[in-house]
Amino acid sequence: MSISEKDVAHIARLARLFVTPQEVKRYQEQLGKILDSMEELKSLDTSKVRPTAHVLGLADVFRADEPRRSVDPETLLAAAPEREGPYFKVRKVLE
Amino acid sequence: MSAPNDITRWSAAQIAARVAGREVRAEEVARAHLERISGLDKEVGAFITVLEESSLAQAREVDRRIAAGEAAGRLSGVPVAIKDNMLMEGTETTCGSRILKGYRAPYDATVVGRLKAAGAVIIGKTNLDEFAMGSSTENSSFFPTRNPWALDRVPGGSSGGSAAAVAAGMAALSLGSDTGGSIRQPAALCGIVGLKPTYGLVSRYGLVAFASSLDQIGPFARTTEDAALALSVLAGHDPLDSTSAEVEPRDYLRELEGRKDLKGLRVGVPKEYFIEGMEPDAERSVREGLKTLEELGARTCEVSLPHTRFAVSTYYLIAPAEASSNLARFDGVRYGSSEARQDREANLLSVYERTRGEGFGPEVKRRIMLGTYALSSGYYDAYYGKAQRVRTLIRQDFDEAFQSVDILASPTSPSAAFRLGEKSGDPMQMYLSDIFTIPCNLAGNAGISIPCGLTSAGLPVGLQLLAPTFEEGRLFQVSRVFERARPFPVLDAR
Repeated sequence: MSISEKDVAHIARLARLFVTPQEVKRYQEQLGKILDSMEELKSLDTSKVRPTAHVLGLADVFRADEPRRSVDPETLLAAAPEREGPYFKVRKVLE
Repeated sequence: MSAPNDITRWSAAQIAARVAGREVRAEEVARAHLERISGLDKEVGAFITVLEESSLAQAREVDRRIAAGEAAGRLSGVPVAIKDNMLMEGTETTCGSRILKGYRAPYDATVVGRLKAAGAVIIGKTNLDEFAMGSSTENSSFFPTRNPWALDRVPGGSSGGSAAAVAAGMAALSLGSDTGGSIRQPAALCGIVGLKPTYGLVSRYGLVAFASSLDQIGPFARTTEDAALALSVLAGHDPLDSTSAEVEPRDYLRELEGRKDLKGLRVGVPKEYFIEGMEPDAERSVREGLKTLEELGARTCEVSLPHTRFAVSTYYLIAPAEASSNLARFDGVRYGSSEARQDREANLLSVYERTRGEGFGPEVKRRIMLGTYALSSGYYDAYYGKAQRVRTLIRQDFDEAFQSVDILASPTSPSAAFRLGEKSGDPMQMYLSDIFTIPCNLAGNAGISIPCGLTSAGLPVGLQLLAPTFEEGRLFQVSRVFERARPFPVLDAR
C-alpha cells in the first residue's frame, strides 16, 4: 500500500510539523517505501498473541510523600521564549 | 605524540587507582585529556561541548579530597564523556538538534550525579545523531563525527561521539544510550567495548527520551574491566525513574575474574544473524571470534530465533510511535528554539508548526511522521498494535533460546565502518545496519559488543554477546576471558 500526498500533509498537521511542498513529495516517497517493507508483518498470525507494551511488566509505582527540594522555578522559566510573572506565556488558542 | 606512559592510554581503573594512590593528580589527568581533545577533535568531531573549566575544577576538588585523606571514589579523576542527550546542570544539552541549541540543563541526570559522586571528571558532551535517531552520527544538526580508525568513515551511531572519544583516548570512559543498537554498533565500528544493560538497570532520569520502552543508558570503555567498573557505579534503583528496576546492587568488578576459562559455557549462535549481504571480511572476523570462544572451552551450537527477520519492521513502528509522542514536548513554549521569539503575532498552531518544522532535521521529522501515522486513527491496529504483538514473539524467541544456552553470540553489525555519505541517502539501508542489535532492545535483555578483530582494511569488527535480563556479570566474565586470550586491538595514537 502506498501513502498519498494528502495523507502526508494530514499527518504533518497532526504531528504539528510545518512541511514544504517539496518535503511532502519526499516524505510521500520515503514513507511509502518504509511502510511497504513493513507489510511483511501481516504474514504473521498474531490473533492469539498478547501485545508487549513494556518488558518489565511494571505496575504503578508509589513513593513516600516526603517534601524535597526541586528545581528552582526561576531556572526553568529562564529558558522560556515568553513568560509573564511566574507563568509560561502561551499564544491565544481561540481567536 | 603518544608514548606508552601517555596518560590518555591509561584505563579508567588505572587512572582511579593512581589518583587514589596519589601517584598522579586528577588535574594532570584532566589536562592530558583536554590537550588530546584540542589536538585531535578538530578532525574527529566527537565533542559538541568541551567542559574545560568545570572539568578542571572537578579534578582539583578530587585532588583536594584525596589530599585531605577523604575516601577516594571508585572513578577518582577518571575523565568521562557524556552523550549530549543527558543533562548536566548548567551545561548546554542539545541532543544534536537545532531545536535545543543553547538550552542549559537545569539539573543533573542521575547517571551524571552518580559519576560525579564517584569522583569522575566530566570532560565534555559528545555528538550524536539528532535525538539519537541514526546509525552513523551523520544526522547531527551540527557536524558529523568521524571514525578515529579511518577519518573518511563513520563511527557508527547514534552514540558516535562517545565511541570515538574513548577509542581515540579523548576520554577514558563515556556514556551512550542504546534504543536499537546505539551503544553496541558504534562500539563495534570504533573497536571498543559497549554495553547495553538490561532495560531498567540504569536510571534514565535526565536522559532526553526517544523511545521509552526501549531506551537504556550504558558505558563505552577500552577494556572489559572498565566497563564492569562503570556499570558498578551506574546501575541501581532510582526513585526518580518509575521504570527503574528494583534489583539488588551488584559489584560487577568483583565478579569479573570469576572465570579462568569458558568450560561449561553454552553459547548459542543464532543462524538468522548470519545473513546474505554480510560483509565477508567482517563475517570472517566474527567466525574467528566464535572459534576463540570454543578454544577457551565453550560449547557452541546453532540456535534459531525465528522472528528475527521481523525485528527491523517491528522496531521502526514502535520506536517512531513512542518518539512522536515523546518529542511532542518540543513545542516552542517552555524551552528551546521557538517561532515565538521571531514572530510576535503568530498564533499558537503556527508557533508549534514552525518551531518544529525548522528545529527538527529530516530524519527526526521522518520518524515523527511515521510514528504519528502508525498511531493515527484507522491505522493503529494494523501498525502499532501489530508491532506490539510481533514484539511478544521476538521476546519469546529469546526466552526459548535461553532455556538451552547461557549466552548468544553474533556479529554486532553486518559491516565494519562505512564511508560518510555511503548510506545517508537511503533511510531503509541505514535502518538495516541495526538488524542484529534491535532484537535485544525489543526483548529488554543485556547485550555487549566486544572487539574481535580487524578487517583486511584495518577496520574493527565487533562480536555481540547477549545474555538474559540482569546477567551483565556473565557478559563481563566471558568478555574478560576472551580479552585475555585475544587482546583488543589498540588504535595507534597519531
